[in-house]
Amino acid sequence: MRFYRLLLRLYPKSFRGEYGAEMEKDFARQWRAASAGAKLWLIVAAAIDTAWNAARVHADITRQDVRYSVRSLLRTPGFSATVIIVAALGIGATTATFSLADHVLIRALPFPESHRLVKLWQDHTKRGYARVEPSPPNFQDWQRQSTMFERLEAYTGWGGAMTGRGEATRLVGATVTPGTLVMLGRQAALGRTFTEADAPTAEAERPMVISDRLWRTAFAATPDVVGQTLALDGTSYTIVGVMPPDFFFPSRDTDFWRMLQFSARNNDTDRTNQYLEVLGRLKNGVTVEDALAEMRVIGADLARLYPKELEGTSVTLAPWREQVAPQARLLLLGLVGASICVLLIACTNLANLLMSRALGRRTEFAVRAAVGASVDRLVRQMLTDSLILAFAGGTLGVVVAVASLPLLARLVPTALPIAELPPIDLRMLSGTLVLTTLTGLAFGLLPAVRVCRRTDASALKDGARGGTSRGTERVRSTLVVAEIVASVVLIVSVGLLTQALLAVQRVDPGFRTDNLLTLRTNLPIAQYGPLERRMPFYSQVLDRVQALPGVQSASYISWLPMTFRGGIWEVLSTTPDPASPGGFARLEGNQRPLALVRFVTPRYFETVGTPMLIGRDINAADTVKSPFVAVVSESFARKHFPDQDPIGRSFAIGLAARTIVGVAGDTRIRGLERETEPHVYMPAAQQTSLYFYVPKDLVIRASVPATTLVPAVRAIIAEAAPELPVTSVQTMEQLVGAETAPRLTQLRVLGGFAVIALLLAAVGIHGLLAFNVSARSREIGVRIALGAKARDIMWMVFGRSALMTGAGVVIGAALAYAAGRWMQAVLFGVNPADATVFAGAIAVSAVMGVAGSLMPAWRAVRVDPIEATRTE
Amino acid sequence: MTTEPRPEALLPLPPAVFHILLALADEDRHGYGIIQEVLSRTDGDVRLGPGTLYRSIQRMLADDLIVEISDRPAPELDDERRRYYRIAPFGRAVARAEASRLHDLVRMARASGFHPKKA
Repeated sequence: MRFYRLLLRLYPKSFRGEYGAEMEKDFARQWRAASAGAKLWLIVAAAIDTAWNAARVHADITRQDVRYSVRSLLRTPGFSATVIIVAALGIGATTATFSLADHVLIRALPFPESHRLVKLWQDHTKRGYARVEPSPPNFQDWQRQSTMFERLEAYTGWGGAMTGRGEATRLVGATVTPGTLVMLGRQAALGRTFTEADAPTAEAERPMVISDRLWRTAFAATPDVVGQTLALDGTSYTIVGVMPPDFFFPSRDTDFWRMLQFSARNNDTDRTNQYLEVLGRLKNGVTVEDALAEMRVIGADLARLYPKELEGTSVTLAPWREQVAPQARLLLLGLVGASICVLLIACTNLANLLMSRALGRRTEFAVRAAVGASVDRLVRQMLTDSLILAFAGGTLGVVVAVASLPLLARLVPTALPIAELPPIDLRMLSGTLVLTTLTGLAFGLLPAVRVCRRTDASALKDGARGGTSRGTERVRSTLVVAEIVASVVLIVSVGLLTQALLAVQRVDPGFRTDNLLTLRTNLPIAQYGPLERRMPFYSQVLDRVQALPGVQSASYISWLPMTFRGGIWEVLSTTPDPASPGGFARLEGNQRPLALVRFVTPRYFETVGTPMLIGRDINAADTVKSPFVAVVSESFARKHFPDQDPIGRSFAIGLAARTIVGVAGDTRIRGLERETEPHVYMPAAQQTSLYFYVPKDLVIRASVPATTLVPAVRAIIAEAAPELPVTSVQTMEQLVGAETAPRLTQLRVLGGFAVIALLLAAVGIHGLLAFNVSARSREIGVRIALGAKARDIMWMVFGRSALMTGAGVVIGAALAYAAGRWMQAVLFGVNPADATVFAGAIAVSAVMGVAGSLMPAWRAVRVDPIEATRTE
Repeated sequence: MTTEPRPEALLPLPPAVFHILLALADEDRHGYGIIQEVLSRTDGDVRLGPGTLYRSIQRMLADDLIVEISDRPAPELDDERRRYYRIAPFGRAVARAEASRLHDLVRMARASGFHPKKA
């Protein structure tokens, strides 16, 4: 019988109370009457009968409760709307940030068995760089010698101008070894990807796979695109396939893939020509550690074999999924933390709102209890109320999340092979469902249990009097303090991050950003390789641009400042050494000093506003026939020629020896937040190799608003080279602004969260005090009747508010300091205990406390003692 | 003003509810009595489980098909802890309406050549 009694527990308590005893007796009689064999059947039948009917009874009750709840919630539309909006804000914020963090940090990359994909680098830790792209010969040795990989493939970014399809357009693509797309495990949506058989014919046939986006924009999604040709930088490629729309590799903006062919002509036999990105797919069962151990051995062997180029280097690898910049990770986690704060505040507010409502309904519950409703039915009814509200809030929250996701898209790093926006899928929706249910349950249960515990005759009296117990008051005050704590943490975080943003913006980039127009004309080497073809182009464009009204000066450079695109070379002595990869002997000592190389046309420094500290600028007299010269940055001069006049000194870099003719100020190349290597600027007219660094970025200093010059400059370039697309038109202010864009986005989102948090906390304080004042109106009335002054009554209300705000601020400040220390990496040197920020947060919290208590205090003072005490 | 519910509004009746109404048609019974009566009327074909029985009773009470009665049979015949149920006038009307519905169905089945098996 114990078995049947246990089964009966599946029924709601109310049903069990009503019929349980009878059911038990009926079952017992059936049991007694049954034969031994029939007893087993009776047990099975009873289990099925109970499970089925218990579920139906629960469903019946839930249906009744939902109907009752909807009716009663519709009777109080203001309350219902407030609760739904508060829940939607909390759930929406959390859903959006969690989806984003899941998308960027957790979810597997969109390739089959992507956990087996690893990225490999050369490890130059001893030279100060932990991860350096390998050279083609090194990659080929790795490929030949390693045994842990199913495939080891290489790729590199490549861009070209697409012509013959309307206006010339610059496309971003990748050059990949034939097995790369096979290794990634994704099939082409149309046609095919590359095969090993393509390799020998690649040069003649030039197969190309294009992205879904390019297929739609340039080929109007025509199904017979396979076999058509595409001209890039004047070279024709045959399209062999189109990848699916959700295929992104190596980054989101890649529009085509062409075959990577190593050739001596491209310097691909040089082990210092380091430009390849290498990905591998581990064999089944091989761990990252196994592969790393093997690659380290291979790296050590290569370093022994080629000491000149590889001495002190090794190989390193890491799962591809982990390639999220630490700062991007921290920014996202910060937002997740903030959204949890908002959710907690929303939940505490919900709990308080629901508790107010429950307290207000105590008389109703007492009446229902008096006519036979059991406590569990009342608790169930209140839970139904809160779940209905939470689900309405959750639904609205999903709308809020979906609407706000595009605003957060800037926080998804472009360099990841994933879509810009997280998908709205079952994972996100089920996450929200769990969140919503927990919110509804947790914060509906608290008020329900507290109120129903005392639903008896005393509650009837209590309800009539409208008083609240001390315990309930304490719980509600604690909840409000928790809201204040969370909002203080958010305000302080926003303050610290604002300070950090200002500090980043204060960094001197080394040039003037105002009225500086920049644009790119990528010069294809096929046509513009020889100096005598390239220099006339520069002269024609620069002369005409500088003749435009409103232009002060103009110049070309390999890549703009703040745009790190490689070009780190070892600084060598001027002693020729044919055995050295750089053509010159190394400097004495163990150090391998590195510098960043850029080629420029005359007037570059004047144009971007980088000061010439000593010596002269590069000028028109610096040609391939004159001695090779260079302008170096201040840090270069300081490092290599300390306490000496660097002018006239010589060194070798980028395959040529050069004499220093000038020293210019340092500029930032790796963004505002990172230090940069010393710079070497060389004349464009002296560039006979290193075509990768051919000047392509035009900078124009204007005395008029820079963007007004764009049409005239475009016309000049079109006249000089009609086939060249003009791309990346932007002002320097935009370029530098883009540097701080993720910070700004994060700050805006956090700021939004902080404002919501503050408002909710103020609503929380207001709600609690207003309830308190109305519950104590008789007491206040008696006090006034006995001669209490308005000031005393106001102090009673404000004092309580001050107490809660004070407690919240103290705890919040301590937690905020901890949060600040955790965020230190993104604080850019700002002290996590910054006094201004903390003082500001305290002031804002005080204002919030006062604002939340104003109305209740006003009501308290206006209590009419006669009216208030009449029913007593 | 409340309107009297129409018996047809509850049709078709769940089989268990119809069986309970039939079992109570001529005599007030307690739960186990209903189970036994249904078992004997159907020659053992229909055995109501306690869950089905009491869930049906709960709904039938709410729908005014049956009432719980306080007058009991003679103590020697009664287990005094038992609760007895009686069919209500509305319950009779509903049972009649259901019987009529089933009768019409059987008539239609006969007209289409589907004759019930002889017992």
